[in-house]
Amino acid sequence: MKAKKLHIEQDHSASRPSEDKHADSKYLKLAGLEPLIITPESNFINVGERTNVAGSRKFLQLIKEGKYDEAVEIARHQVEGGAQIIDVNMDDGLIDGKEAMVKFLNLILAEPDIARVPIMIDSSKWEIIEAGLQVVQGKCVVNSISLKEGEQEFIRQAKLIRRYGAAVIVMAFDEKGQADDYDRRLEIASRSYDILVNKVHFPPEDIIFDLNIFPVATGMEEHKNNAVHFIEATKWVRENLPHCSVSGGVSNVSFSFRGNNTVREAMHSVFLYHAIKAGMNIGIVNPAMLEVYDDIPEDLLERVEDVILNRKANATERLLEFADKVVGKARENKKDLSWRKESLQDRITRALVKGIDEYIVADVEEARVSATKPIEVIEGHLMNGMNVVGDLFGSGKMFLPQVVKSARVMKKAVAHLTPYIEASKDASSKGAAGKILMATVKGDVHDIGKNIVSVVLACNNYEIVDLGVMVPPEKIIQKAVEEQVDIIGLSGLITPSLDEMVFLAKEMQRQSFTVPLLIGGATTSKAHTAVKIDPQYGAAVVHVNDASRAVTVVGDLLQEERSQGYKEQLKLEYGSFRDKFLERGKRKEYISIREARQNKKVLSWKTSAIVKPKKIGIQVIEDLDLKLLRPYIDWSPFFRSWDLHGKYPEILEDSLVGEHATELFEDAQKMLDELIDKKLLKAKAVFGIFRANTINEDDIEVEDPNSGLKFTFHTLRQQGRKKEGVPHLALADFIVPKKEGVRDHIGCFCVTAGFGTQELATAYENAMDDYNAIMVKALADRLAEAFAEYLHKEVRTKYWGYAAEESLSNEELIREVYKGIRPAPGYPACPDHLEKETIWELLKVKESIGVTLTESLAMWPAASVSGYYFAHPDARYFGLGKIGQDQLKDYAKRKGISVEIAQKWLAPNLVEE
Amino acid sequence: MKRIEALLEERILVLDGAMGTMLQRYQFTEADFRGARFKDWPHALQGNNDLLSLTQPEAIAEIHQKYFNAGADIVETNTFSGTSIAMADYHMEELVYELNFESARIAKEVAVKCTARDPQKPRFVAGSIGPTNKTASMSPDVNDPGFRAVSFEELRLAYREQVEALLDGGVDLLLVETVFDTLNAKAALFAIEEVKEERGIDVPIMISGTITDASGRTLSGQTAESFLISVSHIPFLSVGFNCALGASQLVPHLEVLSAKTPFAVSAHPNAGLPNAFGEYDQRPEEMASQIKEYLEKGLVNIVGGCCGTTPAHIEAIAKLVQEFEPRQCSVPA
Repeated sequence: MKAKKLHIEQDHSASRPSEDKHADSKYLKLAGLEPLIITPESNFINVGERTNVAGSRKFLQLIKEGKYDEAVEIARHQVEGGAQIIDVNMDDGLIDGKEAMVKFLNLILAEPDIARVPIMIDSSKWEIIEAGLQVVQGKCVVNSISLKEGEQEFIRQAKLIRRYGAAVIVMAFDEKGQADDYDRRLEIASRSYDILVNKVHFPPEDIIFDLNIFPVATGMEEHKNNAVHFIEATKWVRENLPHCSVSGGVSNVSFSFRGNNTVREAMHSVFLYHAIKAGMNIGIVNPAMLEVYDDIPEDLLERVEDVILNRKANATERLLEFADKVVGKARENKKDLSWRKESLQDRITRALVKGIDEYIVADVEEARVSATKPIEVIEGHLMNGMNVVGDLFGSGKMFLPQVVKSARVMKKAVAHLTPYIEASKDASSKGAAGKILMATVKGDVHDIGKNIVSVVLACNNYEIVDLGVMVPPEKIIQKAVEEQVDIIGLSGLITPSLDEMVFLAKEMQRQSFTVPLLIGGATTSKAHTAVKIDPQYGAAVVHVNDASRAVTVVGDLLQEERSQGYKEQLKLEYGSFRDKFLERGKRKEYISIREARQNKKVLSWKTSAIVKPKKIGIQVIEDLDLKLLRPYIDWSPFFRSWDLHGKYPEILEDSLVGEHATELFEDAQKMLDELIDKKLLKAKAVFGIFRANTINEDDIEVEDPNSGLKFTFHTLRQQGRKKEGVPHLALADFIVPKKEGVRDHIGCFCVTAGFGTQELATAYENAMDDYNAIMVKALADRLAEAFAEYLHKEVRTKYWGYAAEESLSNEELIREVYKGIRPAPGYPACPDHLEKETIWELLKVKESIGVTLTESLAMWPAASVSGYYFAHPDARYFGLGKIGQDQLKDYAKRKGISVEIAQKWLAPNLVEE
Repeated sequence: MKRIEALLEERILVLDGAMGTMLQRYQFTEADFRGARFKDWPHALQGNNDLLSLTQPEAIAEIHQKYFNAGADIVETNTFSGTSIAMADYHMEELVYELNFESARIAKEVAVKCTARDPQKPRFVAGSIGPTNKTASMSPDVNDPGFRAVSFEELRLAYREQVEALLDGGVDLLLVETVFDTLNAKAALFAIEEVKEERGIDVPIMISGTITDASGRTLSGQTAESFLISVSHIPFLSVGFNCALGASQLVPHLEVLSAKTPFAVSAHPNAGLPNAFGEYDQRPEEMASQIKEYLEKGLVNIVGGCCGTTPAHIEAIAKLVQEFEPRQCSVPA
């Protein structure tokens, strides 16, 4: 359907924009408030990529901290800097991607100087993409869809994208995986194109292919042609698939040269030069990382072109050789000790920034000798260096593991100076910026996060009074008074700790405290802090779950001029957050426990689904070789505990944090080798499989084969209103009811890898090495989780044997594709920690392996995991959500405890009255 | 009866003029708006023009008849505010289906009679789908720019209800008009595409945006061309502009559409710009003479009137267009 032009052109040609001659052609047309039309004459279209949480550490930080105003400024910079489209991506495990996408888009769309350009909605989650499409009036680009999940889903998404009026990026990815050579790129691109154009009737000009830019010069033979294949595939696609565009993320190509910007910039320019000639017309490029092609020195250009175009067998070696020569001064070379010739201050700063502790004592000694007073070294040289660290960290240029290493250097330096400072009578120092008490609350033993926050705050010149773990409230209060602290920081990982925090806040209020309270730890949340803790305490309460944010918050709280205003603002903020949260909670509907039970999940009790265990009864593993656990480790949470967010192993190649993640990972491997070789940690387990049947709707009766005694596990049932046909689950649904007359089984377990952790951590702490003290705890946690995974597999395939045939990779285990489940008391399916007591009694956990329960029912040693085994093939993990008073009362009665006690333990799961 | 697509290739079609301006002439009182049926309605109803399709159906039919008599090929249903969102002002969300159905039925009845009288000039009914009174891509609160008073989902559902009732009532076309926020329009179009797919039908769709002032932008900030690009995923019968401006002021924006779209182009401007009293006082001849510029430049395929226009204006326009060839384009069959 071509529009024939009438006499318009003759009449008005002078006043018309030049694109007119393309009006009837199939060009990719996008729109913000203003149009963007991509024609063959258009220059390369540059997509701004700084508003992408996966690509910009700073942006991620701002979104996580809710600093949307500043995040909007990043978008504005991008547009002012010439980005013609802005890519928005909110894919991060710790943020609600859908909410963040909508909120951020709504804000930038309200800024005409940003909203003038089209938006690229970037997510791997369809629901986030759709939420984004629903708030943008202009014509966007969806980034991206692919055949990864098969044709049906691809077609469904493409149809919807069309209906929302957007263009689409199609990744060269299909059911078999990502296209990594020339032929596969062609195969997937043409298949995708054919489906889109012929089946979905998607306009071909609205299709943009991302043909996967992969790194070259990695040292791997099969990567040599990565750039060539991309470029050639681009050419083929542009020639054979009419009207479509080709795009890609350029920085990937130079990935193996991270740290060497001279080479990277040259590689980007050379790559683009050839890719654009081949037809790549859109791309995500950081303009700061681009050398002008003509400005590349001839010798470098030749070598880079050899690599990009794979023109010589030894191209990589030649470029590497050259790269070593052009290495910028900024790059740290392990053998390069030239920095040792720099001035004393520069050396100390460098040692702190780079975390090099080899020379620090010598340097500090040199400084001490030259200073009039030893304290001057701390206040001068060392603080100057730490300020650089603080600035770099604050601006997202350093990452947590590095800062902890800096702290290690700092501690060594201070330790060297302390005797001299004490010896010199005049010990008057300017003192710390403030004193902060840190404690993991009563009944809780988890302290990795707390320790990280302590270290980071200490680096920022705050004095830390660390009371350790399981600190009773009276001790916190007494120490706070004695030490005259300026802030109290509370941490906790298990749910009962939340109540401890509430209690402490009440107590502080009663005793007329006014020091601000910081709340952190895995189980805490802004919602809980705002709804439960903040109202109890008249002074400021802040939820801080992120070490870098702790510095800003503490700074604001203690800054004399600003602190009053900041505290008032906090109160208001938490108050309004609370109101909104409660408002939202009210809208959620609940049904009675009676109705919920009527809508329980009814499984098939065919005998095929009920497998009789090979071995009934309790077994103990005394000392498992840690080597066996290593392959079962899920590394992603390990990086998360260090504030490095991303999935393993991809995180090692992440353009932003990859380098630091790799370094951290190497350190972890080194320590893990040592832990395994020297058998420094002890891994023990006790587990059992028992006859069991469901009784009284929601209880599971278990028989101990030795004593013949009956034990009962009490489970909780979902009560939130659901769609027709969706059952209200309780774990009891996965076990055959007694009245069916079929015998069923349940298992339970406790594993630990924690014996020895505390001793090692203390030894490291004494050696002023917080980095390794935190590392050993983080690794023990991972080993305990790995043990749980390992043991579950053993149970599935051997002891119970209901999945004897299974063969799953570690990745599949992490994705929980196995048959049956192993839910843990205190976690979403069964949030009641009290049930652990039954497990302890049944398995005699304490007696057999020595793992104990604290008064809050945290396990000690901390690196332990306990739970149940359910074998039914239809058993699934689920979250209980909130329950009503009716179930609470019924549950208390079944358990034989008072409603008050039940209420205390289930508080986080009760519907707000 | 000839398909409207075929007629568009032959001649310039004429859309009707303002409904509101004509209704003002009846000087209906609160009691008239209520009629017998809503005599005890707990909220004031005067000004709810859409409701008159239920309480004063003869007046509505009479206005349609007058426009047809003046030479209009297409009349719009009296459903500009016929969504649950806009009707919330009168607490009449529950009546939305009935309002749209009845409005469509009344207009269609008049159209069928006129076509029977003169089969050479088939008459069409366009279901009028207004913008609602809320914007999906702008915050009504200057202090909270991220806030939105209405979501895409809410709009989509509200528009679905309106579209289904209009189709059930017998409209020939759907006209998404006075688009001040493109996102609202996209929700309406999304709903229409859903209904089309579910019913397995094809119904011609017209869309008409509103350039609010001399800035040349929609209220939500888009240029004419951006507006066009943002809605062009739909196979329209026509794309155009209406309201806010008089015929002359619309020329540059119609030129953009005309140059850049393969769809037919429509325009239904106001009778000039309002005077100091907020009244439109441009005479029919004057308006027609301004519209002549569209025709001489070959910018439009459908032309009519918006605020302040009357059957006299439409008559003048209808007479004028006979002398001109339509803008050439090919529309989806």
